[in-house]
Amino acid sequence: MSQALNVPHIVKEPADSGEKATRRGFLIAAGAAGLAYTAALAYPIYRYLASPQEMEASATAVTEVTLKDAEKLPAGSVLMFKFGSSPAMLIHHEDGRWVALTAVCTHLGCTVQYEPQADRIHCGCHGGVYNAYTGANVSGPPPKPLKLFKVAVGDAGVNVSRT
Amino acid sequence: MTAKTIYQWTDERLGLSELAAFARHKTVPVHSQSFWYYWGGISLFLFMVQCFTGVLLLVYYRPGADAFESVRQITFVMHFGWLIRSAHSWSANLMIFSILVHMFSVYFMKAYRKPREFGWLSGMALLGLASLFGFSGYLLPMDELSYFATKVGLEIPNAIPWIGPAISSMLRGGLQVNEFTVQRFFALHVVVLPAIFVPLLGFHLWLVQRHGNAMPPSEEAKPAAQRKTIPFFPNFIRKDLGMWLVSLNILALLASVFPWSLGKQADMLVPAPMGIHPEWYFMSPFEMLKLLGNFLPGEAGEIAGLLIFTIGIALWVFIPFYDTTNESGRRGRAAHYFGLLAVFALLATTAIGYWTIR
Repeated sequence: MSQALNVPHIVKEPADSGEKATRRGFLIAAGAAGLAYTAALAYPIYRYLASPQEMEASATAVTEVTLKDAEKLPAGSVLMFKFGSSPAMLIHHEDGRWVALTAVCTHLGCTVQYEPQADRIHCGCHGGVYNAYTGANVSGPPPKPLKLFKVAVGDAGVNVSRT
Repeated sequence: MTAKTIYQWTDERLGLSELAAFARHKTVPVHSQSFWYYWGGISLFLFMVQCFTGVLLLVYYRPGADAFESVRQITFVMHFGWLIRSAHSWSANLMIFSILVHMFSVYFMKAYRKPREFGWLSGMALLGLASLFGFSGYLLPMDELSYFATKVGLEIPNAIPWIGPAISSMLRGGLQVNEFTVQRFFALHVVVLPAIFVPLLGFHLWLVQRHGNAMPPSEEAKPAAQRKTIPFFPNFIRKDLGMWLVSLNILALLASVFPWSLGKQADMLVPAPMGIHPEWYFMSPFEMLKLLGNFLPGEAGEIAGLLIFTIGIALWVFIPFYDTTNESGRRGRAAHYFGLLAVFALLATTAIGYWTIR
């Protein structure tokens, strides 16, 4: 680098056409070196700061979750669980049907709540309402339905998987 | 709006042209000892690296009971976390080293003399704070080495008569080094120390602008016409930035080729590993106290050690008020020999310290 630093002194020598070329060459070299340094510093820092996102990304690659002993969930109640890194809900309806959905409101991302009395899913943040069987957005601000999972109830647990 | 009108608008409000005029007129002396002028700037650069990498570590570090686990995560799980941590540790050591070089060069150039007494005093305070940064930061990973180093280090204030034990307990947050200690060292390391260090550093730098670079006595003796200078902007700044780049390269090389290790998790029930020793910049005082303990065993030795230490540091700090005249008189020579003695004592005790670890 000391070499590159010395180059501007050359510029002070008698002005001719060669001077401009030297100056341009120096600026290009300095610019390239600067870019290389910036990249060499920025890349590890970006990766370092992005580590949790990458870990979450591999967590969301999960395609199924087995909830131990969830088959004992009484009718008319709900079990909140994590599917990968995001919240999800398993509802055992009064009529015996099992439904699993993502529990993240499609409006602004709050965690939604199952209301057994009304047999609906409600979001406390802005009053969005979803159908507790299909996940369809019924009223309020949510633009999209909640995503449904496939449910398989077994003897030793409930298996929830992506459809 | 053209660039010129934007400049004028800003200039009217902030007085940029005064700054530019100041920068145009500022010069830096050139002589055989000019090399030493870079070390303050290198220390400043490494401090900026510390701030930057420190904030990056802060993103994942968790003080308290979780401290070791979070450093383990930074080192082994997060992408390039090992590099960030290694850069922070290496840069801390290099910063202490360059501050020491800076201090001794200022001492032997006699740059502490009038009107630069405040520069010397603020510099000494900055060195004191830097070593506290080092001591408090060393504990934060909470591995075996940092645990025992902190335990031993806190025995030094403990030896102060009457108030020592209270000071140690206050620093430790109890009778043992534990998660409370980490929590308060963390508060010290990332909030209290920077809050004191940064304004003091600003004062120190402002003084350098106010008084300019000091010249060694040999240079001052020359008639003004024979002294050479270069403009601060852009000539000296360019060289200064060049030195920063060299420092960055050395740091990058050390941090990546010799990554800082992480020991086993601290456990107070596990005996101290063999050859435990303080960081190199604490080796000399550690060894001096140990040597004195051989002559004067027990509490008398501890107190005598602290006393000699306090007197030595006081003499060093207040040298501007002893060696005041610009002529190289008897006092000037005495200060010079005192400086040589200090360098010799530091180097010798550090060497003995490392020689006797096993």
